[in-house]
Amino acid sequence: MNLHRVTSWIAFALAAVYFLLPLVATLEFSLRARRGVYSLDAYRNVLSDPQFHQTLGYSLILSLATVVLGVLIVAPTAFWVRLKLPRLRPVVEFITLLPLVIPPIVIVFGYIRLFNTSSVLPLTGSAGGTDFLLAAGYATLSLPYMYRAIDTGLRAIDIRSLTEAAQSLGAGWTLILARVILPNITVAILSGAFLTFAIVIGEYVLAALLNRPAFGPYMVWMGGNRAYEPAALAVVAFGLTWAAMAVVQTLAGRAKHLNTSR
Amino acid sequence: MSAQPQRALSVWLGVVPFFAFALVFLILPTLHVMLGAFQTPEGAFTLANLGGLMTGSILKALALSLKLSLWTAALGCGIGLAVAGAVTRGGLPPALRDTVMTFSGVASNFAGVPLAFAFIATLGRLGLVTVLARDWLGVNLAATGFNLISFTGLTLAYLYFQIPLMVLIITPALDGLKKDWREAAESLGASGFQYWRMVALPVLGPSLIGTFALLFANAFGAVATAMALTGSSLSILPIVLFAQIRGDVLQDPHLGYAIAFAMIVLTGLSNLIYILLRSRAERWQK
Repeated sequence: MNLHRVTSWIAFALAAVYFLLPLVATLEFSLRARRGVYSLDAYRNVLSDPQFHQTLGYSLILSLATVVLGVLIVAPTAFWVRLKLPRLRPVVEFITLLPLVIPPIVIVFGYIRLFNTSSVLPLTGSAGGTDFLLAAGYATLSLPYMYRAIDTGLRAIDIRSLTEAAQSLGAGWTLILARVILPNITVAILSGAFLTFAIVIGEYVLAALLNRPAFGPYMVWMGGNRAYEPAALAVVAFGLTWAAMAVVQTLAGRAKHLNTSR
Repeated sequence: MSAQPQRALSVWLGVVPFFAFALVFLILPTLHVMLGAFQTPEGAFTLANLGGLMTGSILKALALSLKLSLWTAALGCGIGLAVAGAVTRGGLPPALRDTVMTFSGVASNFAGVPLAFAFIATLGRLGLVTVLARDWLGVNLAATGFNLISFTGLTLAYLYFQIPLMVLIITPALDGLKKDWREAAESLGASGFQYWRMVALPVLGPSLIGTFALLFANAFGAVATAMALTGSSLSILPIVLFAQIRGDVLQDPHLGYAIAFAMIVLTGLSNLIYILLRSRAERWQK
């Protein structure tokens, strides 16, 4: 029995080393830009690079657009399916899981062929159109997470009673969704939003193949041209991802707490 | 309430935006690629594109991708199971379990460019481990034949998101192994080995195989980590597709469709195996 515990500790320790070393090493590497001493030079270089601000800003705005698009598509659907079309649930669920099955590179390949300048919907013909296509692509990639988050949120509230109460007061569907349902699932929407943010912020394949100046392609470009700056970028990217995921976990904890105390 | 007949149609209108979006940005693009795999540039039906998968550089890339996905899935399953076993039934403090689960939730989404940078900072030519091994142990990693920009290096990096995914999925399955079963087996005189062989593994079997399939698909579709780590020196299938989309390096657009088709079939089948086996596995987790 004791031997069992010792082996468990060894397994855990080895895993901890494997998972923590790269994080420590990245941080250490990012401080090594000046020969012989630790310095913040790599960060200073990154922060003073206008490209850094442009690409990160672009990705931030795009992730915001993605979240708005995702919520607009998923929330009304999840609500409607729960309220009126429960039969359709398996179909909708299946579709939202497809982006986990189809590799993103295949989806963007389809975009490039389907929305090129000689097609019915020539989205890739203009910068604005491509930006929209990229946001739509990211909204597609985040469908599984967004749908699951929002659907879980809806399960926790009594949408039928809320809807009937609102209807008896004369509210229309838009008003019900915007003023009654959405405010009740804010936590779920936020957790879906931050998950989406974590996916979008450093995404590479879609942005690179659609040729948009996003943070992911910028990181790869840095990786090919600088020594220590990529590590600094990785620290920034990890920080952003971890912060987003920490918010998601906290929200999940809060939602659980709310549900049990209900 | 919604029984009025004129409402019947408008009920369906509510889901139109979702299906329209899914059709335009998910289903049609995928179908377009899949159909393209069976068409000549003129639009006639052909199997030549799929035949083209079995030639030269594409076949090599396919084999490399299969090898990478199988290895990282197998190692990810094995190591992930060990870690999950240690935190669920290894007598470790419960707080550790929560930490491991939270970390796994984050790290399973870690595939991407920063992950590649992290491994370069760890095991690259000037990486922390490389430098420490040289200064403290006098070991020259490069001289031992280790090179991060290689199959081994890529495998090491992929495990960083494969192991956590395994931990996330297998932990609930391990929780489903009831203590009574072990006690019942022991009271009937079973050894620890017999318990694992005749009780635990048959119960865990579907979960293990299912998760293996999922990890396989997870590795097979990934591009960014490999691109940022190895450039294009290690041609796995998605990297070949990436280069093909960018600049038609295969000089035949429809070969690109065929590669994409092969990727969908492989990841689709693996996910199907995962879904089918998961429903079997869940029987024990009630």
